[in-house]
Parts: sequence; structure tokens; C-alpha cells
Amino acid sequence: MADKALELFDSGHRACGGCGEALAARLVMKGAGKDTIVVAATGCMEVFSTPYPETAWKVPWIHSLFENASAVASGVEAALKKQGRTEKVVIMAGDGATFDIGMLCISGAFERGHDFAYICYDNEAYMNTGIQRSGATPYDASTTTSPAGSCSSGNRRPKKDMPQIIAAHGAPYVATASIAYPADLIQKVEKAINTKGPCYVQVHVPCCTGWGFEGNQTIAIAKLAIETGLWVNYEMVDGKVTKVKKVMKKPVEEYLKTQKRFRHLFKPKRQDAEIAAIQAIADKNFEKYGIEIKLKKE
Amino acid sequence: MMHLTEGSLAIAEAVKMCRPQVIAAYPITPQTHIVEALAEMVANCELDADYITVESEFSALSACLGASAAGSRTYSATTSQGLALMFEVCFNVAGMRLPVVMTIANRAMGAPLSIWNDQQDSISLRDSGWLQFYAEDNQEATDLHYIAYRVAEDLSILLPAMVCFDGFILSHTYEPIDVLTQADIDRYLPKFEPKERLDSADPMSFGMYATPEYYHEYRYLIDKAVKDATAVIRKAGSEFNDLFKRDYSALVEGYRLEDAETAIIAMGSICGTIKDAIDEMRNDGKKVGLLKIRVFRPFPEEDLKKALAHVRRIAVLDKNISLGAKGAAALEVRDALYGSGIPVTGFVIGLGGRDVRKKDIAAIFELAKKGGGDQFYGLKKELI
Repeated sequence: MADKALELFDSGHRACGGCGEALAARLVMKGAGKDTIVVAATGCMEVFSTPYPETAWKVPWIHSLFENASAVASGVEAALKKQGRTEKVVIMAGDGATFDIGMLCISGAFERGHDFAYICYDNEAYMNTGIQRSGATPYDASTTTSPAGSCSSGNRRPKKDMPQIIAAHGAPYVATASIAYPADLIQKVEKAINTKGPCYVQVHVPCCTGWGFEGNQTIAIAKLAIETGLWVNYEMVDGKVTKVKKVMKKPVEEYLKTQKRFRHLFKPKRQDAEIAAIQAIADKNFEKYGIEIKLKKE
Repeated sequence: MMHLTEGSLAIAEAVKMCRPQVIAAYPITPQTHIVEALAEMVANCELDADYITVESEFSALSACLGASAAGSRTYSATTSQGLALMFEVCFNVAGMRLPVVMTIANRAMGAPLSIWNDQQDSISLRDSGWLQFYAEDNQEATDLHYIAYRVAEDLSILLPAMVCFDGFILSHTYEPIDVLTQADIDRYLPKFEPKERLDSADPMSFGMYATPEYYHEYRYLIDKAVKDATAVIRKAGSEFNDLFKRDYSALVEGYRLEDAETAIIAMGSICGTIKDAIDEMRNDGKKVGLLKIRVFRPFPEEDLKKALAHVRRIAVLDKNISLGAKGAAALEVRDALYGSGIPVTGFVIGLGGRDVRKKDIAAIFELAKKGGGDQFYGLKKELI
């Protein structure tokens, strides 16, 4: 069982106030435990946690490049095996490093079946470089490279289904999680670490700076993402969905309205067709994962 | 004991005896025979290594980086496009001071695609912080691997090393080679025991970013380590000679250079051809000698000055070209000899596998005497 009092990601790092990713890292390390070697990709977390000569990590930690964390982790794991060591390997990367630039290394590492847990901190854009869209950016979100404009309503593509891609590699354990449900996140990390083979946990981490909301709203927004069906928390064991988080359905509008990245859908003019398109994405999730709690009519 | 064997297989044997714990490689012509032979050794339990069959060269070197940081001896091999794909990782491995050893079966860079030999690939990474050894024949290519590990893992150096040997010309050629025994190598090459590694008993952060306050000095220290490797190479080479009677203590090597008026400078297998050509020219009374550059990084500037002080002219042969400038060795030789007044002519030669024969060396000797300036040698006028 995870020692929930254990702090392996120290305070004093340089993340923004209200950063979902920093909170998630702290929780992930509670699930991972001290016998862990962290392999990090370039990104916000790498930058805010390790400006030389300071580090927030109380476990061994290595960063090499943006796109090679899973290949570096493959090497670390192989070396540990050969040396007869028992430490666990945990990869930590953002959505850009995972959905986009790291795909080649990720596909190779999952196919080869190394024993590691891959934690993707999904804040749905390249935040470190200034909020550019990634393959994880949701439909209609305005970013600096998918800006809403007079002839565009933001990002034109829906979010890539990364967990399914990982599951298709034969990963024994794939899960999505959210900082809105810390106990669930810690438990999923624990499972990923203790399941032999390459496992994947994708954590939804709202970014106050990139999404445009007050830093004290991070958890509330993470929760709304789940309640509206725009983020689904589930587990897949051997490619089959075994557990889903069920919710009382709320309209997507309640989520969209909280963030500047979707403001163009409401101002200067309400874009009903676009809001309906996003609602359709949520409806599809409700149907696909069966997550709606329906109250019986009296 | 002498064995008649292919260059690639001899290198695989040598690598096996260095006992790497982690090998990560991706197939590319003409490197394949090395990594196939190593895979077979692992499959037959002759080599106790974890062999990671990565999906790209980029991951091959990244995996070596991770394994090396975790404290294991690592090995990879590649060439040409594969090495180019590793470009970003190469700088990273050197910057993180990880002693990965990698064989480069030298091959031309596309486009146009060419699987044949020149040295553009490794030369293009001369600025990356890797030690670079160039072999003339397969005996040297084999032995340089033992030396490369010794120097790379020296705690005062801790840098990655490339052992470069010419693709096909050496990699696919059978020669009699004295392959040392495991007991020999165990005497020569100690276990890799880095002072710092990824270890939960002593947690450290590796690969942190450096602000302008720190970066400049980091680069200075890497440069210093590459230069400091000069003395460590000499020592490793001379200890190798003490044990096995083959001397690699010098970073450059002269052939009939003592009384030469014209010096030819080159790297790699072309040196064998040059030696034969020199013997013939000497028979005709021409005072010509060779200076072979065995170690290109660190660049042996002082050795070069010393060995060439007496010559009247120099021809540098480069199987590479810094497009828009000159061949790499010509540039550096001229820089090393600046102020000496010795004229240096650079010849770009044998690109993309174009054969270099004794008659070409004889022709270069005459061209250098004429002093017509740096040039591409042997261009087919009808193709231009």
C-alpha cells in the first residue's frame, strides 16, 4: 500500500500557483514510492523542478531529451535487470512528449515490453513553450498555434485517443486519472508500477496559465471535465475496460465557460453549432464508456 | 592467436570481451554484421548482455544513455543516416559525461543515397564531444575498442567514444586478426564502476537544465575533458603495448616520414594504400611520407606540429567535405601549422565509395608539389 504521508516531490519548485501537473507529480510519487527511478521528458515539469543546481526530486531522476524518455527508460530498465536491482522505472512526460514527438520511442518501448510505468501529464497543449496545440488539445480549444479567429473557432481536431493506441500495443494495464480524484490516481499509479510490463497512466492536469482560469479553480475544473464527459476516468486490463468512473451528467457548457481557451465560443457571439459539436464528443464518451448515472424515475 | 575473419566479426568478438551489459542497436548497412554477430552471441549465452532491439538509431543511443547513467557498460554501432538520426542524442550523451562506446562503419551521407564509404558521417559529429578513433585496418579497429572503453570510462574523462572504421572496405573484408582472449581483456579493462549513477540508495538528478550562469563553464569542462583524453589515450595505448605488443600510444603515426619532404596526411583504411604508394615512390627516389591521424578528437595538434616540423609541403586527404568550406582534416591541419610557413593542400577524395588507388596517391603527390590549392580530386568532367 502506498504511504500517503511520503513526500518524494519536494516543495520549493517553480511551478505556477495552482499548477495541476505539480500536484499530480506529488500524488504520483506517493503511489510510486521511494524505490523508483524517474525518467523525465523535456517539458514544464522538467523545467520547474530541476533548474541546476536545485532539484525537487528525492528519488533518482534523469532527463535527456524531449522525445526519448521511453528509450532512455528502456536502457535504465535493462541495466537494472542486468545488475540484479529491484528499483522500478517511472517515465514522466507531458502530452506533447507523449502524443506527438515521443510516439516513435513510445511505440518501440511498449512493443518490446519493458517493465515500466509511463505517466503522461496531460494538460492538452505545449505549455512550456507558450501554449501551442498538441495532439492532445481538445476540439475548439484556442491555443497560440490554433488561435480562434474570425474564420476559425480554435483547434480543428479532436483529442487523439492515446490510451487506446497504448492498449493496442498489448500493454497489460492502461488507465486514465485526474487530479480531482487523488486517491484513485495514487491507486492507479501503484497498479501500473506493480504490474509487470509497460503500463500507462494518463492524468488530466488542468493548467491555469494555458487554459485561462484562476489558480484556485484547478481541482474544480478537473472535476467538471469528468462530470461533463469530456474526460473519462477508466482502467483497461489487457485491452479491456474494467472500471469506469460514473457521473451525473452535466452539459459541456458548464466546463467550457470556466476557461479562457473556450471563451470565443460564447463571446462576442455564442457559437451554438460549435458547442453542440463538443457536446456530441461528450455524448459519445457517455455512450462508449457507459458512464452516466441515471436516476430511476419515481 | 591469428584468425582469418571479417572485420565486423572481429569487432563483435572484441566487444563481447569488453563485457557490455546493455547493447542497443538498429540495423543499417554496412554495420549489420557486427550487431547480428552480437545478437547471436547473446542468443547462445556466450555474452551476458541485455540486447535491446530498438525501433530506431535514435532510441539505440537513447537506451545506451539510460543504461550508462544507471551504471552499466553499454555498446552500440551505426553509420551514416543512423548516426545522423542520433545527432541530438550524441551531444546529450557527451554533455551528460556518459562513456558509451559506439562503432561507426563509416558511410557517405545522403542525398544522393549511398551505402558506400566515406567519412562524412562521423566527421559531421566532430563537435559533439565524443572521442573519435579512426582505424587503418581491422586489427587496429578491433584493438581500438579495448582502448576506447579504457579511456572513455576513465574517471577523469567520462566521455563517449566512436571507433570509426571504413564501411565495406574494412567491415566486410577478411583479414588475419589477432583476437585477444577474455583473460587478456579482463586484465586490461577493469569493471565499469562510475562514482555516480541512478541509484535509489543515493538519489541524484541527472540532465538538469543550466541557465546562462552555468552553461558556459559546462561546455568548457567537456572541452577540457576531451583534451585531457590525450594523455589518457597515450597511457592506455602504452599499457596495451606492454601487454599485447601492439602500440597505439600515439595519436598520430608516421610512415617513412623522418626524411620526407612531402607529407601526406590521412585517416582510415586509405592509409594502407598510401603506404604502398609511398614505397613505390620511394623506390623512384621521391621523398614522401605519411602521417596517419588515428585520433581526430581530441585533435592531436602538438603531435602534428612535432611530426611535421621538417617537411616542405603537406597534402591532406579528406574523405569528407564541409560543404562551402574544405575537408575537415585540411582545415585543422592548416590551423595547427599556422605560422610554420609549410604549404598545405587539401584534397577531397573518394567520396561515396569512389576507389582510391596507388596511382591516385602518386598523382596527389605531384599536385601537392605544384601547389594548385585545395581541390576535389579526380572529378569526372563529363558529369559536372
